[in-house]
Amino acid sequence: MQRRVVFPHKALPWLLLAPQLAVTLVFFFWPGGQAIYMSLLQQDAFGASVKFSGLENFALVLGDEGYLQAFWRTLYFSVSVTVLAMVPALWLAVMADRVVKASTFYTTAMLIPYAVAPAVAGVLWLFMFNPSIGVLAWWMKALGVDWNPTLDGADALWLVILASAWKQVAYNFLFFLAGLQSIPKSLLEAAAIDGAGPVRRFWTIIFPLLSPTTFFLLVVGLVYAFFDTFGIISAITQGGPATATETLVYKVYKDGVHNLDLGSSAAQSVILMVIVVGLTFLQFRFVERRVHYG
Amino acid sequence: MAKVASGAAPAAAGPSSRPAGSSGTGLNWLPHLVLWLGIAVTAFPLYIAFVASTLTPQDVAQAPMPALPGAHMVENYQAILIQGMKGTYLSPPVWQMMWNSLLMALIITAGKIVLSVMSAYAVVFFEFRGRMVAFWMIFLTLMLPVEVRIVPTYEVVSNLKLINTMTGLTLPLIASATGTLLFRQFFMTLPDQLVEAARIDGAGPMRFFKDVVLPLSATNIAALAVILFIYGWNQYLWPLLMTTDNRLDTIVVGITKMIGTGDATTNWPQVMATTLLAVLPPALVVILMRRWFVKGLVDSEK
Repeated sequence: MQRRVVFPHKALPWLLLAPQLAVTLVFFFWPGGQAIYMSLLQQDAFGASVKFSGLENFALVLGDEGYLQAFWRTLYFSVSVTVLAMVPALWLAVMADRVVKASTFYTTAMLIPYAVAPAVAGVLWLFMFNPSIGVLAWWMKALGVDWNPTLDGADALWLVILASAWKQVAYNFLFFLAGLQSIPKSLLEAAAIDGAGPVRRFWTIIFPLLSPTTFFLLVVGLVYAFFDTFGIISAITQGGPATATETLVYKVYKDGVHNLDLGSSAAQSVILMVIVVGLTFLQFRFVERRVHYG
Repeated sequence: MAKVASGAAPAAAGPSSRPAGSSGTGLNWLPHLVLWLGIAVTAFPLYIAFVASTLTPQDVAQAPMPALPGAHMVENYQAILIQGMKGTYLSPPVWQMMWNSLLMALIITAGKIVLSVMSAYAVVFFEFRGRMVAFWMIFLTLMLPVEVRIVPTYEVVSNLKLINTMTGLTLPLIASATGTLLFRQFFMTLPDQLVEAARIDGAGPMRFFKDVVLPLSATNIAALAVILFIYGWNQYLWPLLMTTDNRLDTIVVGITKMIGTGDATTNWPQVMATTLLAVLPPALVVILMRRWFVKGLVDSEK
């Protein structure tokens, strides 16, 4: 990662790096270290008594039925969001790839949800499914579907899944379309001449060639569902009813900010850091950073 | 033509995957239909919000609310922009929230770009002890998103007396590993001859930075700026924690406060008007700067 020709200065690069490193140290490493340190302490909410407790916080968190439920819920939520945001995106991208004219219009229109803040997306979906005034809630009732996200945990979880997936389709669409457009058309023509039908061409040529994109989007989608959906959950359900829509990130927030259970919240933070490290490793180790063929 | 020769497409194939051949063997309309369906699903929540923002609270309360816009658009937007929400929750005027959001988004965008261009320049164009350490420190911040260190970060900012300030709102967010990686990658592709020529001409590193590197980076900077503006405007968790004084509320945080808890008392037309005002600036950025937006997304891949 080093250039052959460089400037010989020694102090200047540090000067250039100083602002970024200062922000990094003060607002990333210090609190990160603090989280690790606090996770090893037993502390009451007012900070009056503090004692070192080793890994007890971790034992408590990992032994807590509620935490394990939140873990499996987060996994279910994240996988559902990722799949739900990828399958329609792929289908739409395949269609958009076939439309030569007006594809700029389609792409632009499809990208809008990316610009919508997660919390705002939450408000939009909350409004449509509000049991007393929501338009879609009314239609579902009229069709005899029993759906009430304010009372039923499973209904609420699906509402946040749908809202989260709605926002992420745009991103997947864009990358799938880019992937499709970089597949050499001669390859598809050759297969067509050999008599392979469209379905066969899709599964034997297009889909395998898209696999780097698919894997990349899978990891990005999981990261999104894990960490960027806080606003959606906060706006729609605040983790409720009861704890039905509490993801791990939402739980850290609730336990740390509202319940002031600092030791537990810190331990949860550290566990989340491990998850991020794992996902980042996946992203950089196994994901081809650019999609290229030939 | 980049399309598959349609003569070779057997008629037995399923209708959903038939290519839109140039010979017009039918089903040219299918991709359009599917795409329009996609756009309909994409746009539906925004359309409903728009309709609601033109009605009275009574109109919205009768289920189902009308499907077409009403006549109260101007008064709803005017009320919310100039006076803010009145009722159980008194919000600041929405123009003020939009101003806060704009300021926050612009500071974050400018800050992240300046910091990451400078850091990338330092690690690529200089040889010094600790270079790799500095680079890895910046890279590691990727693994510490604010969501995983909520409480300790809040404490740091509160110790620095930055709660309820624009500095506290933006400063912790302006470190950028993604930006640094992006510019590092770009700087690596600049030909060595450029540096050699500059050195022969007697240009120092800062002169080279200002006159050669920055102009060459203009497209990358623009593309990243578009993504960062959207990122900044859409921040939620951090402003929610940082601001107890609602004069500093951003529009995204303001909306969630307006909804409150009960739905009977919520003035939904005004909330939906605010929602659309919150969507408008980032949406316009996507529409008007689509090329840069797409480039920024693909480049930063994050």
